[in-house]
Amino acid sequence: MSAPTQRAAAAASPFLQVHFRSMREQLDTAKLGLWLFLASELLFFGGLFVAYSVFRANHPDTFLYAHHFLDWRMGALNTSVLIASSLTAAWSVRSAQLGRQAELRLLLLATLVLSSMFLVVKYFEYSHKLHNGVFWGAAYQPSQEMLAALPAALRAAPPPTNLGTFFSIYFLMTGLHGIHVLIGMGLYLWLIRRAGRGDFGPGYYVPVDAVALYWHLVDMIWIFLFPLFYLM
Amino acid sequence: MSGAAHAGDSYLTHGRGLRSWLLTVDHKRIGVMYLGVIVGTLILGGVFALALRLHLWNAGGGLVSNDTYNRLFTLHGAVMVFLFVIPGIPSALGNFVLPLQVGAKDVAFPRVNLLSFYLYLAGAVLFLVTLVVGGLDTGWTLYPPYSLEGARGLGILIALVGVFLAGFSSILTGVNFIATIHKLRAPGMGWFDLPLFLWALYATAIIQILATPVLGITAALGFMERLFHLGLFMPEYGGDPVLFQHFFWFYSHPAVYIMILPAMGIVSEVVSVFSRKPIFGYRFIAMSSLAIAVIGFLVWGHHMFVSGQSQWANLVFSFLTLLVAIPSAIKTFNWLATMYKGAIILKTPMVYVLTFFAIFGVGGLTGLFLGILATDIPLHDTYFVVAHFHFVMVGAVMIAFLAGVHYWWPKMTGRLYDERLGVTSAVLVFLGFNLTFIPQFIVGIAGMPRRYATYAVEFQGQNRLSTVGAFVLTAGLVLALWGLLASLGKAGARAPRNPWGAASLEWQAESPPSHHNFEVPPDGVSPYDYTTLKELPGDQGWVVVGKREVA
Ligand code: HEM
Ligand SMILES: [Cu+2]
Repeated sequence: MSAPTQRAAAAASPFLQVHFRSMREQLDTAKLGLWLFLASELLFFGGLFVAYSVFRANHPDTFLYAHHFLDWRMGALNTSVLIASSLTAAWSVRSAQLGRQAELRLLLLATLVLSSMFLVVKYFEYSHKLHNGVFWGAAYQPSQEMLAALPAALRAAPPPTNLGTFFSIYFLMTGLHGIHVLIGMGLYLWLIRRAGRGDFGPGYYVPVDAVALYWHLVDMIWIFLFPLFYLM
Repeated sequence: MSGAAHAGDSYLTHGRGLRSWLLTVDHKRIGVMYLGVIVGTLILGGVFALALRLHLWNAGGGLVSNDTYNRLFTLHGAVMVFLFVIPGIPSALGNFVLPLQVGAKDVAFPRVNLLSFYLYLAGAVLFLVTLVVGGLDTGWTLYPPYSLEGARGLGILIALVGVFLAGFSSILTGVNFIATIHKLRAPGMGWFDLPLFLWALYATAIIQILATPVLGITAALGFMERLFHLGLFMPEYGGDPVLFQHFFWFYSHPAVYIMILPAMGIVSEVVSVFSRKPIFGYRFIAMSSLAIAVIGFLVWGHHMFVSGQSQWANLVFSFLTLLVAIPSAIKTFNWLATMYKGAIILKTPMVYVLTFFAIFGVGGLTGLFLGILATDIPLHDTYFVVAHFHFVMVGAVMIAFLAGVHYWWPKMTGRLYDERLGVTSAVLVFLGFNLTFIPQFIVGIAGMPRRYATYAVEFQGQNRLSTVGAFVLTAGLVLALWGLLASLGKAGARAPRNPWGAASLEWQAESPPSHHNFEVPPDGVSPYDYTTLKELPGDQGWVVVGKREVA
């Protein structure tokens, strides 16, 4: 582009980067890039899903026993919280596209609040386990109180082996997911700041769209984690 | 961002001072910075290699202690693999060339590109730190339980973080490349108008995006296992060390295609330009890159034939491994057919590429020995393996890297290197390389195991040949570096836009290109159509005459 046309294009939106020919191209490119990154993320988690499958196949009784230590009600609560947050996230993209500023800010805030609720619930779950000696790997030493809460049939038999490995996998997978939630919260904070400045509108909503995509992935991973750990 | 580019303002002079380099988002500067660091890692890894070879001069060793030897080959392997061959061509040359070849101003995400550079740099620095901290003597494969036992200490933890960071750098580069090729192509440039180097980078990027995260999680899990005894990989806590091997090779086998595919891309460019013939079998070469990328994901178990995995798994992995030979052979025959009846010009890049053909042929065929179950079992963990992977990684990838550096040097620096020095370096590298590694095939078949600090006296003759070869190879590399750097001095000749008469878009930009690459955004052209190019007298290079076939 020659210098004058470049400036003319830039005048159209202050957010058009010099190496793109149009806002449309910039949006499409950003979304493609994000999809590729999400594919990468999926394989990052994929390693853990494989570890889960291998150990589950090798020690099925361990997994059946250990899931009694997890409270499915807490898991279900968190699942609905996350699904709700995905809804507000998707909706926020729509508001940005339509330029409804107040609605956009509200929805971004709602997503942030819901994601923090998720972490609060997770905090209670984690601290309950850690206070009761339900640690990862070699450190697994459940308290009497924890064992007493198991179904009678399980209490009667000797506990299976490799329980520590189960909890390693549990803490790794939910922990890595939790880190992703934290990153998402950071991103939503950033969006809220920018939305407050009025950056977004029908001409420019790349970040809202991109962060929402990321957020859906985080949500989707949880949709798999919940049944794998709490229900099966 | 920047003001208008005026005549004579190249990317090298656009913005001065260290800051303008360290904070640049210009893909060309990032490429040049990568090139600098990557050559540094090659030198570092090379010094380790020479130390190893000197130690092996005598059957009884003697130069360094056995423990030091173990550390030397570990760091040599890790530095060469993670810091030199994997990022070498894509991050350094790819970053520079890719946007130019599609006719864009930059990669899709310039700031991510810079981030990727710093992640890589951080990874490299951490490897240097392990040198000081010590304790890393596991081989570059970092297999537990040995690697995660208490005694290994801090070195392994730092190395794992280094691997993790370098891995994420690689992923981000892959994302950038695919997005750029998809979205920023010049008007009219269809998929089959892409130079084959870009098809190669595209296939590479698929592997970078889908395989590298598994290395990342493996490094993270190894780190946590070492710190918290998770019971994933360590048998003493209920873990499974073979699972680590699966994870590791699920990445590290595809990683060998991260190394070789871009090398093949360079070969495709150079062989066509210096035969003055359109590339033969364009679509076959393009598609075989993708085929290699896909099949490459399915063969990792060939590194584990003796790990105790099931015989069925062995059989399937062996079969799938042999399939990779098909697309590789397709490429090779197409290159040879491109040269057939061509007007071959023996400039430095082409001489390097000719040696590539010889070496890659041997490297590829000896791979079949290792892919076939019956022959792999006696050859496993012998010097035959060492010779095989050096044929591919050094003889093919490093030589293609050198071909590429020479080929694009005039574009990057605006200078012409001395052809005599260049060609001599190529010949020396070829001779030194063969002298170093052919004896290793022989001692390997005779049963000399790898990774030992000492060996049986009967192997001493071949080992000495190998050590002498290493010094000849080093002389070739030093000469190449000298020839290139000397061209930057006052005496270095200015390069024209198109010194080789190549048809792809990067040669339409100035040498060196301006900050935004092209004064006028170009339209796509057929990258191998030489009919409209004419050579000017003197060293003025080639120009387009008449109408070019628009893509
Ligand atoms: C692109 C360049 C190179 C790459 C990518 C490379 C890669 C490797 C790798 C991956 C290993 C395996 C380390 C291990 O067993 O854990 C290795 C080992 C070794 N390399 Fe290289 N290398 C390169 C250049 C060289 C050169 C130029 C020489 C000699 C002149 C050399 C000599 C050796 C030796 C002696 C070993 C040790 C083998 C053993 O004892 O197992 N390498 N290299
Ligand atoms: Cu392999």
